[in-house]
Amino acid sequence: MSLDKEKIKNVAKLARISVDEAKVDSLTKDLNSIFKFIEQLNELNTDKVEPLTSILNQSLRSRKDEISDGKIREKILKNSPKKNEEFFVVPKVVE
Amino acid sequence: MSNITNQSLSEILESIKSKKISSLELTQAYIKNIENAKKLNAFVTTTFDQALENAKKFDNKPNNEQLLSGIPLAVKDLFCTENVKTTAGSNILNNFIPSYESTVTKNLWNNGAFLLGKLNCDEFAMGSSNETSFFGNVINPIGDHLVPGGSSGGSSSALAADLTPATIGTDTGGSIRQPASFTGTVGLKPTYGLCSRWGIVAFASSLDQAGPMTKTVNDCSIMLEAMSGFDDKDSTSINKKKESYSKNLKDNIKGLKIGIPKEYRVDNMPKEIDELWEKGKKILKDLGAQLIDISLPHTKYALPTYYIVAPAEASSNLARYDGVRYGYRSQKGKDLIEMYENTRSEGFGDEVKRRILIGTYVLSSGYYDAYYLKAQKVRQLIKKDFDDSFTKVDAILTPSTPSSAFKIGEKTNDPVSMYLNDIFTVPVNLAGLPALSLPAGLDKQGYPLGLQLIGKALDEQKILNIGYAFEKNCGYKNEIKKWWS
Repeated sequence: MSLDKEKIKNVAKLARISVDEAKVDSLTKDLNSIFKFIEQLNELNTDKVEPLTSILNQSLRSRKDEISDGKIREKILKNSPKKNEEFFVVPKVVE
Repeated sequence: MSNITNQSLSEILESIKSKKISSLELTQAYIKNIENAKKLNAFVTTTFDQALENAKKFDNKPNNEQLLSGIPLAVKDLFCTENVKTTAGSNILNNFIPSYESTVTKNLWNNGAFLLGKLNCDEFAMGSSNETSFFGNVINPIGDHLVPGGSSGGSSSALAADLTPATIGTDTGGSIRQPASFTGTVGLKPTYGLCSRWGIVAFASSLDQAGPMTKTVNDCSIMLEAMSGFDDKDSTSINKKKESYSKNLKDNIKGLKIGIPKEYRVDNMPKEIDELWEKGKKILKDLGAQLIDISLPHTKYALPTYYIVAPAEASSNLARYDGVRYGYRSQKGKDLIEMYENTRSEGFGDEVKRRILIGTYVLSSGYYDAYYLKAQKVRQLIKKDFDDSFTKVDAILTPSTPSSAFKIGEKTNDPVSMYLNDIFTVPVNLAGLPALSLPAGLDKQGYPLGLQLIGKALDEQKILNIGYAFEKNCGYKNEIKKWWS
C-alpha cells in the first residue's frame, strides 16, 4: 500500500489540517516509510484472535446521571480566543 | 548546606524534618540552580514567587507528617495546574491557563509539596528526544550536544541537573523510562489505571500513564505513594487500597524468579547494551534471584502496533483543538472550516500533524479493519505473551533502550529511526504493565545506560524491591559536571 499526494490531502481534509503545498512531498515520503513499517503486522495471522479493547480486567464504572458541577460559565469561557459575555464566538456559519 | 540540591529526595526530607534546613532555604537553593541552568531549556514556566510563598507558609507552620513535607517540585508541562499556564509543549496551548488542577499534581500538593515550575516536553508528549517541543529542544546535562530523551525530557534534564529534587512525567510508549535511562536517573511507568489521568493533556488514552522520575528507588517509592490512588473522575482508574510503597521497600530478593526474554536481543544492538544486561543478570543472581529464560514472541510487532493505536487515539483526542474553546486561533480563513484548518495547521508542529494524519487514515472508512482492528488483535497477542510469562516469573529484566543518549538533530529527519528508540519500552504500555528503568552503567563515551524491570499488573512493590536491591549492589554513581553554570 502506498499513499499518494491526493490521498494525503484528503486525509488532511478529514483531520481539518491545511497542508502547505511545499510540504506535501516530504510528508508523503515520511508517511509512506511509517506505513511500510506498520505493515509488518500483515505477516501475522490474526483470524482467530479477539481484539483487545481494554487492558483492565474490569468493566467501565457507571454512575448516576446527575449534575455534579455547574455555574462555571466564566471559567469555561476564560480561555476562549474569542467570546462575548455568554458565548464562544466563531466565524459566521449561516448566511 | 550548599550541596543540599544534589541529595536525594529522602535525604532532603530528613533535613527538612530535623530542621537542618528550612523549606524556604531549600526552595531558594533550587531557584538559584534553575536561574543558572537556562542553557538546558528544561523549564517552560517558573512559579518562583508562588513557591517562595508556599515555602514560607510551610516554615511558619510545618507539618512533618506528610510524604513530601515542604518539598518544591517541578512537573512536566502536560499536567494541568490551576492558574498556571499549561502548554503540553505546543503552540496551540501557548496561552492556556487551566482553571483546574490535575488529580496527580493535586495529590502531590496534598502530601505537602508545592509547584516550582513546569517542565518542557515533546509536543503533546509525541517524541523521544524533546526536539518536537514548540519551546525548543532541551539539553541533556550529560553533554551539551545530547538529547535528554523524550517525551519527558525537561523532567529528566531538570532532575539530573539538580533543578528539582524529584519530578513526574507521563509515559505512553517510554516517555518516562527512556529519558530516565538517557540521564542516569530512575523512572517508573506504573500499571495503567494506578495514577489518575484526569487533568493530564491527553495523547493516547489507553496507553497514557503518569509516573515518578527520581534519583533513587526509595525516592521513586515515596513519589509513587504520593501521586497514585483511585480517582472517580478517571473512568479507567483502578479502585484499590492505597499501598505504602516506601515503608514496605525491602532489599531481600532471594528466590525471586527473573525472566530474561530472548527477543530483547535485537539486531545491531551495541555490544555495550548486551554487556550491561549481563551485568544486571549477574547482580540479581548474586543476590539470590533465579534467572529464567523466557520468550515474548510478538515483541517485534509491538512498535508497529503502537504506531497504529497511539496515533488513532491521538487523532481523536486532539480533535478538541479547534480554536474555539481554548488555545490558539488562526486569524486566516474565510469561514469556520478554514479557520479550523488554519488553526490546526499553524498550532501543531510537524510530528503532531504526522501522527494525526496517520491516526485519521487508519480510522477512516474502509481502512479501519486493516489497521486499527488488526492492531488491537496484535495487542492482544502481546499482552498474552506477558500473561504467559508471568505464570513462570516474578519480574522481567531487559535493557531500557537500544542505545545511550544520541546527538541533537541525529534522528530528526527519519521518523522511523526515532520511533525505534522505544523498542524495549512500548510493549509494556500495550500490555498496561508497570516497568522501572534503573541507571545501571555507562557506555564507552561515559553516557548513562539503563536496565528495565517489568512487573505484573499492580505489582509495583516487587519491581521497586528488586530495583532497590539492584541499586545497592550496582555501584552506579551519576557524576555530572555542571558545565552550564
